[in-house]
Amino acid sequence: MLSAPIKITLIILGLVVSSFLQAENIDFARDIQPIFAEHCTICHGPDEQKGGLNLTEKKSLHSKLKSGEPTLVPSKPEDSELLYRISTQDTGELMPPPEHGSRLKPAEVALIRQWISEGAKWSQHWAYRPLKQKPLPKVHGSAWVQNEIDRFVLAQLEARQLKPSPRADRHALIKRLSYDLIGLPPTPKEVSEFINDKSPEAYNRLVERLLASPHFGERWGRHWLDKARYADSDGYEKDRPRMNAWRYRDWVINSINADLPFDQFTIEQLAGDLLPNATPLQKLATAFNRQTLTNTEGGTDREQWRVAAVMDRVETLGSVWLGLTVGCARCHNHKYDQLTQKEYYQLFAYFNNGDESSASIPRSRQALVDFEDTRKIHEAKVNALQSKIIEHDAVLEKQWPALEKKLQAELAARPASAVAFHALEFLSAQAQQNPKVKIQLQEDASLLVSGDNPATAEYELEFKTSQREITGIRLEVLPDPSLGAKGPGRAEHGNFVLNDIRVYANTERKFTGKPIALAKAAASYEQKGWPAQNAIDGKTAGGRTGSGWAIANQFGKPNQLTVTFTKPFKADSDIFLHIVLDQKYGTQHTIGRLRLSARTGHAADDRIPVAIAKLLAKPADQRSATEKQSLIAFARGLDPDAMRLQSDLKKLTEGAPKPPVMSVRVIAQRTSSPRTTHVLHRGEFKQPRDKVSPGTFATLPTIKNRAQGDRLDLARWLVDGQTPIVPRVTANHIWSHLFGEGLVRTMNDFGARGDAPSHPALLNWLAVEFVQLNWSRKAMIRLITQSATYQQSSRHRPELSEIDPNNHLLHRQNRFRVQAETIRDLTLAASGQLSAKIGGPSVFPPLPPGVAELSYANNFKWKTSNGEDQFRRGMYTFFKRTSPHPNLITFDCPDSNVTCVKRNISNTPLAALATLNNTVFTDAAKAMSKRLLAERAEDTARIQLGFQLCTARQPTPSEIGAFADLLTKAKAYYADNKDAAAAFNGNPEASAWAVVTRIFLNLDEFITRE
Amino acid sequence: MIMYPAQAQIQQTRRDFLATSASGLGGAALASLLVEDGLLAKEFANPLAPRKPHFEPTAKACINIFMAGAPSHLDLFDPKPELNKRDGQSLPTEILDKARFAFIKPDTAKLMGSQRTFKAHGQSGLEFSDFLPHLGSVADDLLMVRSMHSDEFNHHPGQLLMQCGVSRFGMPTAGSWINYGLGSESENLPGYVVLTAGRGSSGGATLWQSGFLPSSYAGVLFRSKGEPVLNLSNPKGLPPELQRAGLNTLNAVNQGRFEKIHDPEIASRIASYELASRMQTAAPELIDLSREKASTLKVYGVDRPDPGGGGRGKFGDTHQDFARNCLLARRMVERGVRYINIVYASWDHHSKLDGELKYNSSVVDQPIAALIRDLKERGLLDSTLVQWSSEFGRTPLGENRGGNKNATGRDHHPFCFSMVMAGGGLKGGQVYGKTDEIGWSIAENPVHPNDLQATLLHCFGLNHKKLTYRFQGRDFRLTDVAGRVMKDWLA
Repeated sequence: MLSAPIKITLIILGLVVSSFLQAENIDFARDIQPIFAEHCTICHGPDEQKGGLNLTEKKSLHSKLKSGEPTLVPSKPEDSELLYRISTQDTGELMPPPEHGSRLKPAEVALIRQWISEGAKWSQHWAYRPLKQKPLPKVHGSAWVQNEIDRFVLAQLEARQLKPSPRADRHALIKRLSYDLIGLPPTPKEVSEFINDKSPEAYNRLVERLLASPHFGERWGRHWLDKARYADSDGYEKDRPRMNAWRYRDWVINSINADLPFDQFTIEQLAGDLLPNATPLQKLATAFNRQTLTNTEGGTDREQWRVAAVMDRVETLGSVWLGLTVGCARCHNHKYDQLTQKEYYQLFAYFNNGDESSASIPRSRQALVDFEDTRKIHEAKVNALQSKIIEHDAVLEKQWPALEKKLQAELAARPASAVAFHALEFLSAQAQQNPKVKIQLQEDASLLVSGDNPATAEYELEFKTSQREITGIRLEVLPDPSLGAKGPGRAEHGNFVLNDIRVYANTERKFTGKPIALAKAAASYEQKGWPAQNAIDGKTAGGRTGSGWAIANQFGKPNQLTVTFTKPFKADSDIFLHIVLDQKYGTQHTIGRLRLSARTGHAADDRIPVAIAKLLAKPADQRSATEKQSLIAFARGLDPDAMRLQSDLKKLTEGAPKPPVMSVRVIAQRTSSPRTTHVLHRGEFKQPRDKVSPGTFATLPTIKNRAQGDRLDLARWLVDGQTPIVPRVTANHIWSHLFGEGLVRTMNDFGARGDAPSHPALLNWLAVEFVQLNWSRKAMIRLITQSATYQQSSRHRPELSEIDPNNHLLHRQNRFRVQAETIRDLTLAASGQLSAKIGGPSVFPPLPPGVAELSYANNFKWKTSNGEDQFRRGMYTFFKRTSPHPNLITFDCPDSNVTCVKRNISNTPLAALATLNNTVFTDAAKAMSKRLLAERAEDTARIQLGFQLCTARQPTPSEIGAFADLLTKAKAYYADNKDAAAAFNGNPEASAWAVVTRIFLNLDEFITRE
Repeated sequence: MIMYPAQAQIQQTRRDFLATSASGLGGAALASLLVEDGLLAKEFANPLAPRKPHFEPTAKACINIFMAGAPSHLDLFDPKPELNKRDGQSLPTEILDKARFAFIKPDTAKLMGSQRTFKAHGQSGLEFSDFLPHLGSVADDLLMVRSMHSDEFNHHPGQLLMQCGVSRFGMPTAGSWINYGLGSESENLPGYVVLTAGRGSSGGATLWQSGFLPSSYAGVLFRSKGEPVLNLSNPKGLPPELQRAGLNTLNAVNQGRFEKIHDPEIASRIASYELASRMQTAAPELIDLSREKASTLKVYGVDRPDPGGGGRGKFGDTHQDFARNCLLARRMVERGVRYINIVYASWDHHSKLDGELKYNSSVVDQPIAALIRDLKERGLLDSTLVQWSSEFGRTPLGENRGGNKNATGRDHHPFCFSMVMAGGGLKGGQVYGKTDEIGWSIAENPVHPNDLQATLLHCFGLNHKKLTYRFQGRDFRLTDVAGRVMKDWLA
């Protein structure tokens, strides 16, 4: 029973009596600490200790103040400085100082006085206390009790002479369970089966069916994805898409369907890469911490954003596992909780050596199996073709002596002569159609380009040479300080792309007709994918898919390209040359400085490669087997049949099935030069101070690192069952998804400023149970849903609106609007359109025009999905952080920029407009109208079916009447307005019905979990 | 649950708030009736019901014209003859050593003078560059601040700092805070509206988010043409009378459920459908400019042609869109919208500054001046705070990206930038703050975004230290842990 003073206090406060105060005495953590946290600890707490006082520390509380006065004299309130300071009328001495805040209420002062009278005993904050199973509370109305949970709830209700609500009817129960467990409405068949199942096990069977549904992982996976701040794009200005992010999303769905125990679920996501013999899927799990944002805005400091991402990982861990606002300790010690800034960076140290990396992850197990099959088939095809080639090589071998004779003759006829290059005499230069591009001759005979810097250019250059026989042209690209990255290109980073070079030669300065045929091109350096040969392939398309020569990674260095004519160009007088350099790539990928020379003489390999010529010089009987093979390989190049076989082989190998792996962003431990971690002054990445080692918070059980301490140590510590706050926080999460609210309503704050649990003993019991159930999520859900507490009706009880307005006592179930994705899912399911497909790449359901354009510089094109992908569950909608789909955001889907452990539920006109008018919803209404017309023959039956699809119950006569009335009006309208009917839903009857189904789909009862 | 005293107080506040909210519903006839009939619990919350400010306000509405991308203060508002003189010279090493740049290469960077000419306007003699002649014509109504500074170096974080007071994600924007503090005066329109013209901004939708505040306080994006609000129009072929009939059926069935279940959230849902229905009429009326005088359309430049030349800031009919947004903003103020955010992006002129700035200035100059004059003529300027703001300024150094000698643009510059404001209780015709002779750093009276925000709230009759929301155990504010009301700005 309550002690008299507390009773009085409560009367003064006019407050709801809580089970907390069934205890005899004041409990510091429960009754006093919140008052300190509210009024005092901002100056007398972990961060600042004015007057030498830290009210969050037992030792400090019981020590003398700087002034020499004792803060507290146990049992003697009147001698305690603390009580004097909060109750004095002397405003100079009063705490908090009037300019800092209002004075404590008399009731608060009275509580503190009583606490001191009772000895000013310290107690640990509830969230940090060790887990220990305590005896179950005694209750009177045990007939109501289904399991242990109910004892805790009933005990608190009985303490207030309250009764729980009756059990919800079966219609409500199956709807509630379906919404909660799989996020989909029950079908009429499922409803009737459940209603008619008279077995006492009916309810439990239903729970089991839903827990086993593959859609369970979708619904509960989405809860986790909120915490993981999962999205399909980078965030920040550029917000680039992350096309493979969904792989982690699917990992979450699959893990939850498989009921991966929460301890293992935790370890794999925080440190899967560090597990011994980590599997690809364990590595994939670390993508949890790759959901952080990436800032690729120009001119960013990479270290700044790396540190920002690590901080996000620390704070997400704090929020999701510890339920603590550790982010408050980033720049200074926490103002209210016993979390120091140093400890923040100790936690930071665990993550500081987890680098952003990528891993090859199989798309799926099935894909691996399928791959093995297709690979074998392909291999057989390759083998068959290769045997053909071997056969044909035998033919070539037979023909070889004749071919060799021909080649020897050719070599003898045209001996190699010294190749030389000769400077050309410059005549003119211009960039086609742009006189503002200046091309100027330099002293070293090179040409320097300046002036306008257009995206593309075609240089037209004219030269003269006194050589009489030229065999090719050499183009040198040269660095110059005036160019970006010193050139040779004019693009900012120094590159260029030469799509094509064309050479015209004449004995006059007149250039008509075809360019000279070019035999080959060779370069001193070729960028991968951009070889020299591209410059003479006659293809001039621009952009990334074009074909040209480029030199990335050789910026600021000279390089050259030599093109050889098919036939030498001979003349009796000077030769005039007109050379065109075609540069269509774009983004200023044009050459900035160049020099052209004429080539004379023959190299041996102008037609026959040097290596082959050397072999031909060797007597046939001295050639080794490999050398013979080389000659056959050369011969293949001269034989059309062999060429065709080679080209077939090339095609076949290019078409080889690719292993079903994808590159996914993950975290991998840094292996070389590990970073040391420092406290960052004010959280600034450029202000490192004292060095720290990996560690956690002193207020929690000590972590035992295996060596220096890594993420695996941290993850194991979280879920070793000894860190009491983690099971508490997680049990609270699970509870909240089944009641709409946690037992602790401040889901992300279990600290001194957070709400105390409404049922502290129940939370404690659940936490212990969770660990004992081997951290099984499904077991916990089974336990909670089997309680009478869960199965209560959610009907509000107006007579309790004063006593328990917010249902803290759980005198009923809660009613709440379902989440954004679920609204879509319910609608598509009721209309019959929903795709049941689970997982796979994110999809692009129709987006209202103008939304994607809001993204930075309109850099994002939303390619609307076709077919089934238009009707996927909401959780598969591609999530672009800077312009998320309005149908998600309008219904409070989190923005995924930071972790979210509790969604808001708003009720806005924009939401009403969406479900009334958005095409997804109106299309569903239209589809549903056709479904009703097809499945029932009579109007009342159609209304009943439509209503039941949305509410899992039969409509009342007045409800039927209301819809019948609407149907009549709609039928009348469309009978007279055939055009409107055609525009709306095809024909008058279907249109009239769509008017009705649209209202079914907007019913409060439909989008509310009751 | 135990009710700690503070919680009891919160509960009490909530009750007070709810008591006002029921009457504040006004047009939500059904909800009111439910209240009168005692069917609707007092718990019923309309988060947008009007609430009293902390003290007498001078501003009732704010039009925040946000120039995303950081326009050059040196070429618009802050003439620097000394910079022009030192064109081509290096920056003093003592500055250079401490500076951080996005793209500038410090070893070869040179000061770059402005090509603009500046002229003093009006009696106050406020100086504007030749790109802003129209703004010059309302100089005497403008408060020009030349000493803004930011903590952020990159666009998105900088934009968050200006809109949310903190550069982190998940925080409410100023418009959300003000609607949270004061509710909405409009029964048919949202209290916080967003209009955009041209390209998207770095921040995208985060520039009008409600963060941890309920999404009732998020900015509602209006389009200046076509369907003004997403999903506003009934589906094709569904006439208004069937929409009404459908809503009547919906309300009746929902009300029946309410009578059985007694959940006030159902009544709230009915009210939100009714507000949606009113918006279906009010929003098209709002964007219908046919009743505006031809002369009004002309001064705003609603029908003006694009001058050509173009720039990165052009996207569609940018000139007309921006002009229409300014006129719509006035119409919204007349209809009780509390906070209007007009976002116009692409002021990020790393190169081709002269041409790009000319284009963007030609987009915004005339309509903003027309807006200010129009508000004044209608007697609305005194109670409407108009502001031109951005996330930071641009460097006095030319941007020599990639070592390019021919700098044609300027880099990011958080150390100082300018903004202009008018109305809402601010004293026009004055310049506040001063930068050094080359426009690198602040010489006098630095102003942090939090100071600006504290002053904004002050004009709305809100004490920035008292407008708080508890999230994660902390009482958050628009002004984070700083902010001063700029008394010198107040009329």
